[in-house]
Amino acid sequence: MSMKVKTRQVDGITILDLSGRITLGEGSVTIRDAVRDTLAKGSNKILLNLGDISYIDSSGIGELVSAFTSVKNSGGELKLLNLTKKVKDLLQITKLYTVFDIKDDEASAISAFNK
Amino acid sequence: MPDPTSSRVSFTLESSLDSVNKVEQTGEQWAERAGFDDDTVPHIAMAVREAAVNAVLHGNAYDKNKLITASFEITSDSLVIHVADQGPGLDPDGIPDPLAPENILRGSGRGIFLIRSFMDEVHFRQLHPGTELTLIKYRAPAQPEI
Repeated sequence: MSMKVKTRQVDGITILDLSGRITLGEGSVTIRDAVRDTLAKGSNKILLNLGDISYIDSSGIGELVSAFTSVKNSGGELKLLNLTKKVKDLLQITKLYTVFDIKDDEASAISAFNK
Repeated sequence: MPDPTSSRVSFTLESSLDSVNKVEQTGEQWAERAGFDDDTVPHIAMAVREAAVNAVLHGNAYDKNKLITASFEITSDSLVIHVADQGPGLDPDGIPDPLAPENILRGSGRGIFLIRSFMDEVHFRQLHPGTELTLIKYRAPAQPEI
């Protein structure tokens, strides 16, 4: 299953609802393009909703890290929402769990952004 | 698809993402066949995928003239997977530690680390040319022999 992205706006935050697999190739490129497009439109407060991500490999993890640094370097914030157990475990193994700001519900994630 | 009557399968594939997916799927099937539980099978499949990505991307650099080989074998006590490429060779000691603070925000370099995290043994063998990774996962003692 390839990755899909739906974009919506809530209180000035761009939420990217991702579904499918974030892996080398299509999935990684899709998320890279989505974050780049969002930044290009002048929005640098981004919430990545990973609730429907079924699988992520090392390339996908790398893509999340690259997205995080891109947004941070633009003076913005990127947070992760609704991690599945598999994704959470991977971020813990790779010691990235504390690097990302990870939220379990959308409302608290939105309110956690600097306004 | 693995031959259900055999305890070993081997195939040669071109350097493509389709090959990575095929090797991953075969790894998942053989991990299930070897009797690993629902938590362990995805870990083995991911380790196998990372080995295939390493072979296709870093080893053969998507070169259509270079092939990867993968083999899967169930022994009495383990699942043994070999993945080989025809690239310039890989020095496992030269791979930066992805957990080091200076590397934690790198956009790549976690594949071998994940393989080592999920498998019981990982070995590197230099070919001429190429690199062969051997991934071993031990089966629980109570598993029936195939």
